[in-house]
Amino acid sequence: MAATVEQIERKTLGKVRPHQTQNEGLVFEKSAPGKRGYKLPPLDVPEVDAKAALGSAYREEKAGLPELSEIEIIRHFTRLSTWNYAIDLGMYPLGSCTMKYNPRVNEFVARIEGLAEAHPYRPESLAQGILEVIDLLQKCLIEITGMDTITLQPAAGAHGEFTGILLVRAWHESRGNARRKILIPDSAHGTNPATAAICGYQVENLKSNPQGGIDLEALERQVDEDTAALMLTNPSTLGVFENEIHKIADILHAKGALLYMDGANMNALVGKVRPGDFGVDVMHLNLHKTFSTPHGGGGPGSGPVACKKFLEPFLPTPVLVNKEGNLHWDFNRPQTVGRVRAFYGNTGMFIRALAYILANGPDGLRQTTEDAVLNANYIRKNLEDLYELPYKTPSMHEVVFSDKRQAAKGVKTGDIAKRLIDYGFHPYTVSFPLIVHGALMIEPTESESLEELNLFIDAMRSIAKEVEETPELVKSAPHSTRVSRLDEVQAARKPILRWRPAAK
Amino acid sequence: MRYLPKSPAEREQMLTAIGAKAIDDLFAIIPAEYRLTRDLDVPRQQGESEIVAYFKAAGQKNATDYASFLGAGCYRHYRPVVIDALVQRGEFLTSYTPYQAEITQGTLQAIFEFQTMIAELTGMDVANASMYDGSTGAAEAVLMAMRVTGRQKAVVASTVHPEYREVLQTYLRYRDLPTAEIGYVADTGRIDLKALDAAVTEETAGVLVQSPNFFGIVEDIPAIAEIAHKKGALLMVSIAEAISLGVVRPPVEADIVSMEAQSFGVALSYGGPFCGVIAAKEQYLRQMPGRLAGQTVDGNGNRGFVLTLSTREQHIRREKATSNICTNQALVALMATIFLTVYGKEGIRELAEHNLAKAAYAAKTLSTQPGAKLLFKDSPRFHEFVLQTQEPAEQWSQRLLDEKIVGGLDLGRWYPELKNATLWCATEVTARETIDQAAKVLAAAPVEA
Repeated sequence: MAATVEQIERKTLGKVRPHQTQNEGLVFEKSAPGKRGYKLPPLDVPEVDAKAALGSAYREEKAGLPELSEIEIIRHFTRLSTWNYAIDLGMYPLGSCTMKYNPRVNEFVARIEGLAEAHPYRPESLAQGILEVIDLLQKCLIEITGMDTITLQPAAGAHGEFTGILLVRAWHESRGNARRKILIPDSAHGTNPATAAICGYQVENLKSNPQGGIDLEALERQVDEDTAALMLTNPSTLGVFENEIHKIADILHAKGALLYMDGANMNALVGKVRPGDFGVDVMHLNLHKTFSTPHGGGGPGSGPVACKKFLEPFLPTPVLVNKEGNLHWDFNRPQTVGRVRAFYGNTGMFIRALAYILANGPDGLRQTTEDAVLNANYIRKNLEDLYELPYKTPSMHEVVFSDKRQAAKGVKTGDIAKRLIDYGFHPYTVSFPLIVHGALMIEPTESESLEELNLFIDAMRSIAKEVEETPELVKSAPHSTRVSRLDEVQAARKPILRWRPAAK
Repeated sequence: MRYLPKSPAEREQMLTAIGAKAIDDLFAIIPAEYRLTRDLDVPRQQGESEIVAYFKAAGQKNATDYASFLGAGCYRHYRPVVIDALVQRGEFLTSYTPYQAEITQGTLQAIFEFQTMIAELTGMDVANASMYDGSTGAAEAVLMAMRVTGRQKAVVASTVHPEYREVLQTYLRYRDLPTAEIGYVADTGRIDLKALDAAVTEETAGVLVQSPNFFGIVEDIPAIAEIAHKKGALLMVSIAEAISLGVVRPPVEADIVSMEAQSFGVALSYGGPFCGVIAAKEQYLRQMPGRLAGQTVDGNGNRGFVLTLSTREQHIRREKATSNICTNQALVALMATIFLTVYGKEGIRELAEHNLAKAAYAAKTLSTQPGAKLLFKDSPRFHEFVLQTQEPAEQWSQRLLDEKIVGGLDLGRWYPELKNATLWCATEVTARETIDQAAKVLAAAPVEA
C-alpha cells in the first residue's frame, strides 16, 4: 500500500524527515526607519557639504534600501540559507556541473590578509606573493592538461570558451583567413553555440553517432577549408570518452581546422589522460567544477584557457612572465586578442584551486578521478535494470538514463527529479543532453561515500516503484519543501523582478 | 586522501559489484597510447597546516603593512564581518545555480533582493542577477544597445576605465561595430560634449560613459542623455565605484547601467572575483543578458521565486541567446546584498559622505604641496582626484614606498598627454595621518645637487 501525502510528512524517506522551516519576508518588509546595522567611526577630517560639492550631481532622494539591526540581518540571511539545498547537506548529482566537496581550507587561505587585500595596481615588487601563487597554479594546470601555455583571465567557463575561440580566430586570421564556421555536436552545452555566435562564427550542427559520440564520417564530410574548429566536450555530455579522439583531431588538422575542448568534464580525466596528449589545440577548464572552488549559488567561477604553443602569441594581455627571478606582467603582446576582463581574472578562485591541488598531490588527483568514475559506474550498475540506458557505451564520471519506461506511466524526468528532493537529494540534471529524450543526467563526483550512494540508489529505486504504483505522488512532488512547484509561466508572462513598496 | 570518503575495502566492494577487476577496467575506453602512466608533475600531497603555511608566506611576501591611495576601479572599503559569516554558510557557499526553485528559495530570494537594491540605487527599473564584473558588463551593455536599436556603431568616452575599453574592443573585435572614442575637456576632465554631439549619428546604437569617470569626475548625465537620445541612440552608464550612488545623483536618464559592485563588501583580492551587474529600463528587459529572478506563486498560492525569462539565455536559445554567460558572480552578489542591508538607506549616504570628505581633504592637502597641482579642480568629484606633480611619479613613489605608502596610479600609461599625472583615491578607511604623511613625502623633493 503506497503512502499518502499526509503519511509522508512524518515518515523517514531516504535520508530525511521533514522539519520546520522558518518563514521570512523580504528584507524590505522588515525595514523600519531609524534601525541601524552599522556605526561609522567619527570623521578625522573636516566634513564636506555634499550638496555644495556636487551641485546638480547631488542625490536628493536616498535610495530605498532597507533599515535593519544586525541581529535581524543575521537571522534574515540565515533563514534564507536554510531554504537551500547544498553539497554540505548531501549528494548533489547535477550532471555536467561537478558538484564536489568545497574544502574549507580553500576559503580560509583565500581570506589571508596579504592575498585578499592586494590591490591589482600595486607595484609588482609588492605583489610577488600572489604572482607566485598564480605562476604555480598555471604550471600545475599546464601539466594536468598537457598543454603548453595558459591564461587565467576568463571569469567563468563560457568566458573561457569565448577566449579560446578568439584564439582560434586570431590564429586563422594570422594565416590570412578567419574561416566561417564552427562545428558543434548536438550533445553540446548551450554555451558552445552561443560562444561561437558571439565570436562571429556560424554554428554548424554535428549529429552524434548511434553510440552518442562523434560520427567520423559525418565529421569528414562536414570539415572543410571553411571550418575554423570543432568544439568538443570530452568526455561527452553523455559521460562517454571519445575513443577515436585522435582520428577526430587528425580529420580537423588535415583541413587546417582546430580542436577546441570544452573542459567541463575534466573531472573524469585528471591524472589519467591529458587533452594535450590526444590532439586538443585549445581548451578551457572550470575551476568551479574540477578544482573544487564553490559554486556559490551560481558563481563566481573561473575559466582558464590552456593551449598549444602556436596559439601563445594571441593570449589575452597581460601574460605573466619571469624576468630575472621576478614575476612580471607583460603587456607588450602585439598579436594578442586583447583583454577579456579588467585586471587578471578571478584571483580569489586561483588561490582556492591551488589549495585543492596541493591538498591532493599527484596521487590524490588520480584517486579523485578514479573515485568519480567508480561512483558513476556503481550508480549505473544499480539502476540500469529500472531506468532506460539509451547509450550502452561505458560511462566515465557521469551516467545518462532516459525516462522512457517511466514516461509510459505519464511520469517525466522532471517529476522524478522533483520527487528525489523528498528523499533528501538534489535532483540530477534534467532533460540534458538534448540528444537523449527525457534525460536523467547523474554525476555523483568523487565526494560521495558508499553509504550516500546507496541511499541515492535506494531513493531512485523507490521512486521507480512509486511510478508504477502511485504515479500521482511523483507527478505532484516535491511534498516536503517550503514551496511546492512554482508557476514559471506566470513568472515569465508578468515579470515581477523587484520589490516595490505598497502604494500608500 | 582526506577529501575522499571511501575505504580501500569499499572501493573493492564497489568494483566487484560493477563487475570490474580493477579500476583501470573503467578507463579501458581511453586508447592506451594516451593513458598517463606516470604521476602528474605537481607538488606532493600536503597537509592542511602546510597549505595554510604556504599561502601565509605568499601573503607576507605581498607586503601587508602598506597604506594605499590606489583606486581606479578597485576600491578598499571596510567589510562588515557579518558578510563573511553569512556567505560562508554552506547552504549559500555550496549550492548551485537555482534552477531547482523548490530547494533554492534562499538564493533566489536573495537575488531578488539584490535586483531590487541595484534598481533602487541606479534609478533603473530592473537589474539582473549579476555579470562577471564591471568591464565585461560594460561590453555586454554595448552589445545590448546594439540589439535594442538594430544599429551597428557605438560611441565611447575616453574617460571610461581604460581596461573596460580594452575589454569592449575585444568583445567587438569580430563584429561590425566600430566605436568612436570621445575625449575629455582639458579643464574639466568631463566628456567633450561638442565632440560627442558631432559623433552621435542616426547610426549610433549607444553612447557609453562612466560616472564618476576614470578621473573620479561626475559626468553631466542629463546633457549626455539629451545628445544620445535626440539621435535615437541609447545611453549606457558604467559605474565603477558603486558607493558613489550614496551621494551622487543616479543616472536616471540612462537606458542601461552597468555597475561594478565590488565596493559593496567585496575584498580587493588582486582584482577578482568582483560583481558586475546590468540594470535597465523595463522596455529593454527582453534584450538583457544574464539571469533574472522573478516573483511568482506555488501551487498553494505561497509567494516564491524562480529564474525567469530564460528564453533569452544560452541553455535555451543556444546560438541565438542574448549572451553566452552562464555562471555569474552569485555569491559575490550576495556579499553586496548583505553589505547594502548592513548600511541601508541612511548608512550608504553617510558612508558616501565620509568618502567625499576624506578625498576632499586628501586632494586639498596633497595639491597644496610645492609643485603639486589638482587637475580638473572645479568639476564635481567623488573620492578620486588627479594630481599633477613637478617630479615624475616614479621619483616620489619610491620615497612613499619607503614610508610604506603606495601612492597614486600613474596615468601616463593610458593618457600620455597627462604628464606626471597620478590618480589618487581616498575612502572611509584612509586615515588622516596617512594623508598628512604622504603630503610630507611629496613636499620633500630631493634638493638638486
